[in-house]
Amino acid sequence: MRAFTYERAASPVQAAAAAAANPGAKFIAGGTNLLDLMKLEIETPSHLIDVNGLGLDTIETIPEGGLRIGALVRNTDLAADERVRRDYGVLSRAILAGASGQLRNRATTAGNLLQRTRCPYFYDTAQPCNKRQPGSGCSAIGGFSRQLGIVGTSEACIATNPSDMAVGLRVLDATIETVKPDATTRRIPIAEFHRLPGDTPHIETVLEPGEFITAVTLPSPVGGKHVYRKVRDRASYAFALVSVATVLQQDGTGRVAVGGIAHKPWRVEAAEAELPRGAKAAAERLLAGAKPTHDNAFKMPLVERALGSVLDETRS
Amino acid sequence: MKFDKPETTNPIDQLKVVGQAVDRVDGPLKVTGTATYAYEWHDPDSRLAYGYPVGSTIAKGRIVSMDLSRARAAPGVVTVVTAEEAGELGKGSRNVATLLGGPDIEHYHQAIAIVVAESFEQARAAASLIQVTYQAADGKFDLAAEREGLGPTGSDDKVGEFETAFANAAVRLDETYTTPDQSHAMMEPHASLASWDGDKLTIWTSNQMIAWSVEDIAKTLKIPPADVRVVSPYIGGGFGSKLFVRSDMILAALGARATGRPVKIALPRPFLMNNTTHRPATIQRIRIGAERGGKITAIAHEGWSGNLPDGEPENAVDQTKLLYAGAHRLTGTRLATLDLPEGNAMRAPGEAPGLMALEIAMDEMAERLGLDPIDFRVINDTQVDPGNPNRPFSHRQLVECLRIGAERFGWSARNARPATVREGRWLKGIGVAAGFRNNLTMKSGARVRLDGRGVVTVETDMTDIGTGSYTIIAQTAAEMMGLPIERVEVRLGDSTFPAAAGSGGQWGANSATAGVYAACVKLRETVAQRLGFNSKDCVFADGEVRSGDRRAPLTQAASNGEVVVEDTIEFGDLRKTHQQSTFAAHFVEVGVDAATAETRVRRMLSVCSAGRILNPKTARSQVIGAMTMGVGGALMEELAVDTRRGFFVNHDLAGYEVPVHADIPHQEVIFLDEVDVMSSPMKAKGVGELGLCGVGAAVANAVYNATGIRVRNYPITLDKLITQLPGAA
Ligand SMILES: Cc1cc2nc3c(=O)[nH]c(=O)nc-3n(C[C@H](O)[C@H](O)[C@H](O)COP(=O)(O)OP(=O)(O)OC[C@H]3O[C@@H](n4cnc5c(N)ncnc54)[C@H](O)[C@@H]3O)c2cc1C
Ligand code: SF4
Repeated sequence: MRAFTYERAASPVQAAAAAAANPGAKFIAGGTNLLDLMKLEIETPSHLIDVNGLGLDTIETIPEGGLRIGALVRNTDLAADERVRRDYGVLSRAILAGASGQLRNRATTAGNLLQRTRCPYFYDTAQPCNKRQPGSGCSAIGGFSRQLGIVGTSEACIATNPSDMAVGLRVLDATIETVKPDATTRRIPIAEFHRLPGDTPHIETVLEPGEFITAVTLPSPVGGKHVYRKVRDRASYAFALVSVATVLQQDGTGRVAVGGIAHKPWRVEAAEAELPRGAKAAAERLLAGAKPTHDNAFKMPLVERALGSVLDETRS
Repeated sequence: MKFDKPETTNPIDQLKVVGQAVDRVDGPLKVTGTATYAYEWHDPDSRLAYGYPVGSTIAKGRIVSMDLSRARAAPGVVTVVTAEEAGELGKGSRNVATLLGGPDIEHYHQAIAIVVAESFEQARAAASLIQVTYQAADGKFDLAAEREGLGPTGSDDKVGEFETAFANAAVRLDETYTTPDQSHAMMEPHASLASWDGDKLTIWTSNQMIAWSVEDIAKTLKIPPADVRVVSPYIGGGFGSKLFVRSDMILAALGARATGRPVKIALPRPFLMNNTTHRPATIQRIRIGAERGGKITAIAHEGWSGNLPDGEPENAVDQTKLLYAGAHRLTGTRLATLDLPEGNAMRAPGEAPGLMALEIAMDEMAERLGLDPIDFRVINDTQVDPGNPNRPFSHRQLVECLRIGAERFGWSARNARPATVREGRWLKGIGVAAGFRNNLTMKSGARVRLDGRGVVTVETDMTDIGTGSYTIIAQTAAEMMGLPIERVEVRLGDSTFPAAAGSGGQWGANSATAGVYAACVKLRETVAQRLGFNSKDCVFADGEVRSGDRRAPLTQAASNGEVVVEDTIEFGDLRKTHQQSTFAAHFVEVGVDAATAETRVRRMLSVCSAGRILNPKTARSQVIGAMTMGVGGALMEELAVDTRRGFFVNHDLAGYEVPVHADIPHQEVIFLDEVDVMSSPMKAKGVGELGLCGVGAAVANAVYNATGIRVRNYPITLDKLITQLPGAA
């Protein structure tokens, strides 16, 4: 870990301004991802802006419908919220499928959205990695890539976004609210929030330098059955090989987002139109253009079969 | 004391304390965090400094140059020691790769420097400032690619005419199985605190074999063994990775020597996988030929593995010499030279991976013969060493283990036709495998003291790696001296104590307690003498010594000062005439998700026959831990080799998965009532590793029963099942 300076932010906009003024700065929320990465010198901020004192830790009902989740609401509290459990069950289930109780107690909504990939080569600073060190090459391509992406990948990077929560938010059409250093705010649909790797895999979201997440909003409840199915090698405490988040209506229509296969939570609206016809048809659309590696080709049938199993269960 | 005749009755047979489910005597220290582990030693009066290791980032080649200047100038840095600074070092006789590498690099993350600083954080930060220029060389990293054309290591072990008998067998199996490289992944990393007092070195560390360490530290540092003291009273798991001296000890000693200060170091987690040892991957070919009725006529087991030059093979074939009958036999290992980190002992080396293969082969063969897998094993039971029929097993109850287990587990409800039982979304299956592990014994010494308060103190360099050594040693001394266990104090893991068996190869419990037994026999004689008894007919009970009508308090013997005696148990030639082994039957029920092929274990049972069980509670803990390792090996544990760059890629506990609580269902353990008079005065045998040997195959066989898919390459992850599942395209 490199030495760093530290400050406590006074307000969201001050945090944003402070971050913009200091290119080596990083916000620290729960620290459950950032600190691990700093110990390994994968992240080397020279300045930390602690945002834990800013409040932003409540979940409010939006009068017109929906919820506003403060950026610092802990994962445990979000998953346990009565309204979330009732109306947005897929989100609650996605969060509880991730990490461990202790980590979820610390982890925040914004921090979870911005957690970085679990590509094993990203974690070894001696190995080339375009995401960690732009231009150095990608060790995973041609290497050990069992966990990595099959769709939306690039020649530069095939990493996945490891967040479970983000898959739940994606299927619910959440929106991310931010404040910029100049105090302007904006609302970013989650569909546009995470980027594909392209040839700049180190740039993972559309956030601008210093831009600070204040909240995540959920639109009015859409009803339906909410399922989050996480597939992994062991029963708990592992990242998804593949995860499927669905909201399915009685008439057979519905939504599906998939985790563990791309640089962002993967949702293809055209695939959803196929849901009434079953998992095979939907998976074909979802995975159109997929480029799996030898190690992770199993994710292709796995997506289809996991989705099929969720559809069967929901419909029976 | 020499143990060279079958044991007759002795005071241990009273079983007042031994054999009872006594709570761990060290339990309160552990649950209150007051047991001092290696990295927690702290002397407030010394100017402790912290070390951090630097590992090579190439797998093979040479260091051309190292720029230490930025690290040396970094805040808090006291010194940096590399091979160049360290001067000429020797090499321990039990480690293959050099523990401080350079200029030659033998494997990835081989230690090439220690940075010593005022704080851990400063040492770690400075370590990353060291710039190394390497000249990389091509290495060999792929066992499968090196396999062709390798001849036997030494010579194959042959009985009869295997090839002919196999060719003529009515029913045959010829299959190849693989097990991957695996990491010990114990909780506590390797850690050491080294301190020099003139020429004398003390290392507080975490190590399973104290006397071996003293020797190898001395050899490496080129100092007399008498100048080395090793202290390791508590160990947070070792699983074989702490049998030997590793880089933490040597780096700490060199750092301390260079700075004149005590230096403490813990290996960072990624070092566990690539800097220390691992269980090498194996490729195993098994051939079995049998008569139609199921009698095995020919059996061969060949095992391929790789290691660094001068390394040993993973001996996955040995159990096949002894487990089943059959007149014609062949076993042997083949060793490739690989430039991966050193392969060495891990969690029941040999038998654990060997049985993962052999016991699938037995399941496959039973199916070919149309026999129940338990019946097939029973048909081929042998009460003698099949290679030397004049040599019986000292005690062998494999058939009883299988039969009792079948009864308890509800084996008769199993549907022999695979992929036929479904429960909701789960395909259900059950599997069985035999467990086998040889019973090793090792010379073991102890010192016992009786003081005026009537407290007996045992001192031995035996280690407790979480296994329960403290407890069973206390039980042994309490039984021998006729005292309640509270009156016994046990001190372990210090090289100033008599050298004991140490912890490894499941030899520890039986050998170390036998050493304590020997010392206690001597103490009883001395006490009897001092009290004027004829030592032969004395009874030691309730804090008293009794003979006929006469009785005297034990404390009286120490009224003029402590009574201190020492003895060592040595094992004679009984194993030449009798094969000593331990046996088990493992039963597993799994559910395999019919859609995703995720396998989850639902029930487990192990029936063990392993001599006298010294403490059913600590023994059960050993076995359920071992069964958990079996699940890990069967379903998830694998070090992923990058065959281009020559290292294990998943080098942390996120990437290298071991079972978590949610993976482990109810586990039942049954110990058969058994005493083995050939093994030691304790009549006990090893049991810990037995609990692992065979479990992986029982899981694999259950997966087959559930799905009809035979996976011969461990671990059985869903990618190996998904395209063949019923209903898969
Ligand atoms: C062992 C382990 C297992 C895990 N398993 C899972 C799992 O199975 N599934 C899963 O989904 N996750 C898992 N996680 C990841 C965990 O969910 C994340 O670490 C956590 O959500 C990060 O939240 P945090 O608040 O601690 O973020 P931090 O570490 O504090 O920050 C993460 C990033 O977000 C930035 N940031 C934080 N707040 C803001 C803000 N308001 N505006 C802008 N930027 C901000 C920080 O600068 C930093 O770059 C696991 C983590 C660990 C350590
Ligand atoms: S896949 Fe991405 S994160 Fe992984 S090594 Fe390649 S560039 Fe780095």
